[in-house]
Amino acid sequence: MKHIVIIGNGISGVTTARHIRKLSTNKITIISTESEFFFSRTALMYVYMGHMKFEHTQPYENWFWKKNNIELKQAFVEKVNSEEKQLVFSSGKTMNYDKLVIATGSKPNKFGWPGQDLEAVMGMYHKQDLESLEKYAPNNKICKRAVIVGGGLIGIEMVEMLRSRDIPVTFLVRESSFWNGVLPTEESEIINRHIKEHHIDLRLNCNLKEILADENGKARAVIVAETGEEIPCDVVGLTAGVSPNISFLKDSGIELGRGIKVNHFLETNIKNIYAIGDCAEQHEAIDQRRPIEAVWYTGRMMAETLAQTICGNRTQYKPGHWFNSAKFLDLEYQTYGWVWAQPKENEARFYWEHKGGKKCIHINYDKNTREFIGINTFGIRMRHEFFDKILTKKQPIEYVLEHLSDANFDPEFYKLHEKEIVSKFNKENNTNIQLKKKSWKRIFNLQA
Amino acid sequence: MKAIQKLGLGIFLVGLGVFISLIFLGSYQVTTSGLEQFVANKGIKSELFIDQMKETVVGEEFTNPFEFSSKVTSALNFANEIHKKNNEWGKVIWDKPHSFSYQLAKEFGAGIVKENKGLFWWLTFGLGIIGALLFIIPNVILLGSKGIKNNGVYHSVATNGKSWLGWMVFVFLVSFYLLLYFAPDYIVNWTYVVDPISESLSGNLASQWFLYGFLYCSVMTVMAIRMYIKYRHNNYQISRTTSVLFFQIVFAFLIPEILVRFEKPWYDFKNAFPLDYDFFFKWNLDQLLASGGFGLFVLVWGIVLTLVIVPIMVYFFGKRWYCSWVCGCGGLAETLGDPYRQLSNKSLKAWNFERYIIHSVLVFALIMTGFTLYSYLSGSQEVLRIKTQTIQDIYGFLIGAIFAGVIGTGFYPIFGNRVWCRFGCPLAAYMGIVQRFKSRFRITTNGGQCISCGNCSTYCEQGIDVRAYAQKGENIVRASCVGCGICSAVCPRGVLKLENGPENGRINPNDILLGNDVDLIALINQK
Repeated sequence: MKHIVIIGNGISGVTTARHIRKLSTNKITIISTESEFFFSRTALMYVYMGHMKFEHTQPYENWFWKKNNIELKQAFVEKVNSEEKQLVFSSGKTMNYDKLVIATGSKPNKFGWPGQDLEAVMGMYHKQDLESLEKYAPNNKICKRAVIVGGGLIGIEMVEMLRSRDIPVTFLVRESSFWNGVLPTEESEIINRHIKEHHIDLRLNCNLKEILADENGKARAVIVAETGEEIPCDVVGLTAGVSPNISFLKDSGIELGRGIKVNHFLETNIKNIYAIGDCAEQHEAIDQRRPIEAVWYTGRMMAETLAQTICGNRTQYKPGHWFNSAKFLDLEYQTYGWVWAQPKENEARFYWEHKGGKKCIHINYDKNTREFIGINTFGIRMRHEFFDKILTKKQPIEYVLEHLSDANFDPEFYKLHEKEIVSKFNKENNTNIQLKKKSWKRIFNLQA
Repeated sequence: MKAIQKLGLGIFLVGLGVFISLIFLGSYQVTTSGLEQFVANKGIKSELFIDQMKETVVGEEFTNPFEFSSKVTSALNFANEIHKKNNEWGKVIWDKPHSFSYQLAKEFGAGIVKENKGLFWWLTFGLGIIGALLFIIPNVILLGSKGIKNNGVYHSVATNGKSWLGWMVFVFLVSFYLLLYFAPDYIVNWTYVVDPISESLSGNLASQWFLYGFLYCSVMTVMAIRMYIKYRHNNYQISRTTSVLFFQIVFAFLIPEILVRFEKPWYDFKNAFPLDYDFFFKWNLDQLLASGGFGLFVLVWGIVLTLVIVPIMVYFFGKRWYCSWVCGCGGLAETLGDPYRQLSNKSLKAWNFERYIIHSVLVFALIMTGFTLYSYLSGSQEVLRIKTQTIQDIYGFLIGAIFAGVIGTGFYPIFGNRVWCRFGCPLAAYMGIVQRFKSRFRITTNGGQCISCGNCSTYCEQGIDVRAYAQKGENIVRASCVGCGICSAVCPRGVLKLENGPENGRINPNDILLGNDVDLIALINQK
């Protein structure tokens, strides 16, 4: 029996533990500083918004860990002593391991802004960030305005959180349009409009210069770099991306880049030490993916893979087709395959937007071979299985449009727009694609 | 807008206050001639009772229903006791004491409410409805753009399940049901208020059950408007809310009252056995058989509904077709109860408890009905030396009144809105078995898209830990799911969809989710 120690009880660490437990009787210990039990980080926002209580963010009941013989330890790992296979905690105590999995996730980026460490300046990543927001922004009397810096997924979540308590928000976004490094212009524009509709003071092309302190060392205003404007505020949210949380590994001998360097087997340069999730950095990116993938799904997939390796079946991390989703205020977004912000040379695009301006689909395909490359949808849910199979079989865009009814995953009785979408494509491309009726048989075979 | 809401809340509370205070208004005075006529109409042969009434009730003016009730019921109990002792069975008055006292109170009650039925309708129902609508309708603007708006649900004392307000609503609802079931003679004034409406429908004065039916429809309508506003982006929610409202108003309320007007038995065509647990009771069968062709039709319909229509519909659509599209209990739960849906317990313990309790109720209902039918066919009063009447009374009291009413609705603000449907309803248990083992219905999990956020589980009124399935990429097939569709509505990532599809592959346990290495998925799923 080996002792497998996992640092980090996020989705990556916990998934690894669960799968190792399914495959073996090894001793498993999960170490976390942040919280006693696993919770879903993506749900922290809902606690502040009052949709849930913190306990609802915990996917497993508290008895689960003992029942599955997974030990939980709340401690802070200060040092990894790989030669002796030993962890040193901040308390000075130590723990030995046979195999070590590092799944410590990310921390919010700070770019050396003056005032970035003041009181009431925070990210929105850890459980402690939630507690701190609750402290500094409990309502709009104590927090008269908040400024959020950085237009990514966490930024817009933090904006939504604050707006749920009617706190006025100024949203500083470096880009010329929200998230347009990832999304094409059309989608990005929809979000810009939607943000303003929610009475959010969206400032595009704006960077933070510095955060000003009051006499108690608490943030009282920010200064915008471009205009020099001073915006008084009670809370500053720093949401300009995240980076691997690996500072405790500095002298461990583990090879580090921006993250922990791993090969395709998720192995570090030191035997029996592995890294997965947000903190892992591939030596070479896999397919079109980024070397560091800070996404829920990829953390889980790496964990599913690594559990095999640890239990004796050395397995390479070979993720399937890219997919992702998010929600921007009231707008649901899903993506399958790749739709880049800017089309590549061989790519053509088809875009349809609903007249209400809150739904759209954007398909990316190969100009020459007609092969479907990816789709973005706003306000229309799509079936993951459908697009996964389409991408595997390299189907052409015509096939996708013909079978759009199979792809739809909206709740029953929703208004469908497939006819409109197909006819727009036909018009623009001089084609005569006929929409097929939804077929359970096809959908079902797709799942096989 | 907020000011309008506050005004609405104020008006509503005034209406509620008047409604409660009605209990204490008016007076009750029985005259000698009145008593004689009442006794003659009822065919009462007990001189003891009549004497006792003359001595303690007649001629006296009671200024509250409690004392009146106490005198009448004690006269009745006194007389019955002696008659039973003397084996004078013909003289015993078999009515339930409080129902009997209700009939007297209804006839001999007097005062401001009885004289001003219309005015008091406006002061109670009118103010309540107007106030509630003023509170609800500004949300069209206040909620902002369309979408899921659960902001502050756990911050509000009204909906967080652990506050003084929740307990106050609990006390009010429980008291209401206790009065309705066990002391209707205390709430005669409430029935006066709806007399004119009852008379226009069935031609009769309102009973406490008419009052309940009318109140039920009013509450559901007002709270359905709330649902329409809250889920105005979601056509599934709008459609099913319209459906339950239609079935409640037309099938459970209007049609039965109109049947009575045409001298047919009161019957709710959608109320299926064993939820309709007294369908096979002797009095009902006798009444149906005495009602000619119509009665026979109802008898056949009731049997076909339970044995054929219910399972076939569950096969094609899941039990949701009944529980959240047709049923009255479900209708109240989905309208009045919607603000409380998050309070259901999601633990594994609660699930275990639920399975024992709900299936026990089903077994109890079936045994009770077995006794009933045996007695009906054989003419014997008892089976295995247990009186059929006794077992019926126990079922009616424990399940019909306490579980379905007092606990089922009273506990909305504490344990969530589907306490009865989840733990008690024998029809739900029956449909659940069909849904689990032979149905095309499932909640499909969308591949690997789940982020374990827990909105689905939190807002599942049936206490299903939806996330536990979704995060494994597994479809949700559970006996208790009533298909309300809220899990799908609140999901921020588009993971869940209620669907009817082929049975094959409906239940699909996965170890590794879609999106990972295909070879790995194949390897794991082979094992």
